[in-house]
Amino acid sequence: MTTSSSERSVGLGMPQLPAPGYPDDVRARLERDAREIITRYPDSRSALLPLLHLVQSEEGHVTRTGMQFCADMLDLTTAEVTAVATFYTMYRRRPSGDYQVGVCTNTLCAVMGGDAIFSALQEHLGVGNGETTDDGKVTLEHIECNAACDYAPVVMVNWEFFDNQTPESAKRLVDDLRAGGQVEPTRGAPLCTFKETARMLAGFPDEREGAVEATGSAGPASLVGLRLARGEGAAARVVHPRDGGPHDEPGNAVHEPSPAEHLSSHDAPQDTSASDSAHPAGPVAEEGQ
Amino acid sequence: MTLAPENGGTSRPSGFEGEGETSPEKLLVPVLSAFWDEEKSWTLDVYQRHEGYEGLRKALAMSPDDVIAYVKESGLRGRGGAGFPTGMKWQFIPQGDGKPHYLVVNADESEPGTCKDIPLLFSNPHSLIEGIVIACYAIRSSHAFIYLRGEVVPVLRRLHSAVREAHAAGYLGENILGSGLDLELTVHAGAGAYICGEETALLDSLEGRRGQPRLRPPFPAVAGLYACPTVVNNVESIASVPAILNRGKEWFRSMGSDKSPGFTLYSLSGHVAGPGQYEAPLGVTLRQLLDMSGGMRPGHRLKFWTPGGSSTPMFTDEHLDVPLDYEAVGAAGSMLGTKALQCFDETTCVVRAVTRWTEFYAHESCGKCTPCREGTYWLVQLLRDIEAGKGTMSDLDKLADIADNINGKSFCALGDGAASPIFSSLKYFRAEYEEHITGRGCPFDPAKSTAWADKPAEVNA
Repeated sequence: MTTSSSERSVGLGMPQLPAPGYPDDVRARLERDAREIITRYPDSRSALLPLLHLVQSEEGHVTRTGMQFCADMLDLTTAEVTAVATFYTMYRRRPSGDYQVGVCTNTLCAVMGGDAIFSALQEHLGVGNGETTDDGKVTLEHIECNAACDYAPVVMVNWEFFDNQTPESAKRLVDDLRAGGQVEPTRGAPLCTFKETARMLAGFPDEREGAVEATGSAGPASLVGLRLARGEGAAARVVHPRDGGPHDEPGNAVHEPSPAEHLSSHDAPQDTSASDSAHPAGPVAEEGQ
Repeated sequence: MTLAPENGGTSRPSGFEGEGETSPEKLLVPVLSAFWDEEKSWTLDVYQRHEGYEGLRKALAMSPDDVIAYVKESGLRGRGGAGFPTGMKWQFIPQGDGKPHYLVVNADESEPGTCKDIPLLFSNPHSLIEGIVIACYAIRSSHAFIYLRGEVVPVLRRLHSAVREAHAAGYLGENILGSGLDLELTVHAGAGAYICGEETALLDSLEGRRGQPRLRPPFPAVAGLYACPTVVNNVESIASVPAILNRGKEWFRSMGSDKSPGFTLYSLSGHVAGPGQYEAPLGVTLRQLLDMSGGMRPGHRLKFWTPGGSSTPMFTDEHLDVPLDYEAVGAAGSMLGTKALQCFDETTCVVRAVTRWTEFYAHESCGKCTPCREGTYWLVQLLRDIEAGKGTMSDLDKLADIADNINGKSFCALGDGAASPIFSSLKYFRAEYEEHITGRGCPFDPAKSTAWADKPAEVNA
């Protein structure tokens, strides 16, 4: 479904050929879903973000074919769709793994250990930021603040919460993901694949038995104030259910900062569509084609 | 909790006046969080057992204009950061204009440090839905949207479920509770962009465009979603409305101060013994919250903190007794913001913290306005150099100068937010920046700041 990279290996400044379409059965199924999404909005263009989630649920990333499909459904140009798809970080522009492991490295999580977790995972998996393991299971990324600072440091897998992580617990987590067993977050439902997650983001509820109920009413940190207000005494430190607590991570991996080390490893500003020559965001077809 | 005198000016509940008063039973007031520990707290059954949808019944017995006036008189102010009076926002919607009106709930909680709406929606989504129905009745809207950031699938799941339950029970759909009100509610998942928390960028995003802020005027109340009159409110603001209708505006005003009345969620995070959510009357202090929750982690002291996310100028331990309400925090030189109390202890390098925040702003700047787009880029270059020991003293003035050229010179507040940590850290910690320059590097060991730094080491073979 994706365009082969060899197509673009020689840059002659020629416009790309139009994206290939979906097979008929896939297109018919996606059109049904797309029409359902469009009816939720007074103006069809509002359905663009959910439709991009929908095409991402089909192929695991947003392809030229997917963008062409969105343009057709909403009567937009492919340039308009591409402009939107490249603005938002949740739309992937290259094939990626079944499980997106995102380590929060915004200030608070980074300071509390997110930086150490991120570098431990890079070393453990042998991949850099945005890269996928050879088995196609895990794509590692650093992410921005995910509104869970009271559970820092936080790791998200397919946008489910793994709270109060340590380098050791995070390494076990990715090992479990690669081994293929069922992995459960601290807040959220048992993991499904990235494609299945994208379908929920398109607005189709998770119909799995027990998914809504999973992990109970609230995480421990969310309840500390309530318990104090009831006179139930000082809150215990939250315990991470996956490994019995953050205590198991000794300072054995003592970090020795060298003068040359650049502790702040964010890649801001990120590659833009213009600078990402391997994955250009050019129009898939001439206007009006 | 005693009633504030009618003419009380800025008087506070008596609990705050008692010297050394730290009893959590007196200082905290769980309302939205009151039953988060009950089994299936997110369901309609549990919500109704806690007087859920009673506020809606009371609202529907009033005229829409009276509901607006009631919320205005309660003094409820926006909980998303700016603190604009919620009832006044509703009142700005022109009535009888023949156009559709929209309510858009901003659930794009992304301000670094902010973590209140996500747990609220995870544990108690019906408080938001009830508030939405009340607000739509008041502003005469028949279609509302919840713009939820996409990166929180557990919350999306519970919102889908709650909307389904509310429909089945007749709280959404046609002729709600026989009132004649018809209301559709669409849950819309974003796709990863901090800027969409800015209300006009959010509207552009909801219209299927890149999330870029609009120039105001016109304000959303006149020309918002699809150029129609639109109210954009934060999750916590709307979720607070049902309790006000149900328990009364006097009850609401009995908490907090005259200008900052009511209860709110404070989110404590960082190097503290008890990180989490604390629902309290406006005006509680960080010292009170820390005293009741075990303070900073053992053996450490507070170095700097944010009162309301990274975009609010940082405070230090001099500010422990600032009442956390809109006026007092403003008077102390910062903003209440989202009440995201990120606390950092003495092991934390302030240059590292500010560099990381600035990288965030550079990454999230939408690129529309030149001062923000270019300014944040250059701030990052300078800060990375300073952090790596390659800066010069003149870089510090350059930082301040660039921040000054961003602040107030862009369409939206993202640029102002980027300037805040620069200004405030230079004000309180200039010596630490200088130390990085003269010492040719960072004097801090990041390993000492981690959550596990002080845990007894186990022997791992």
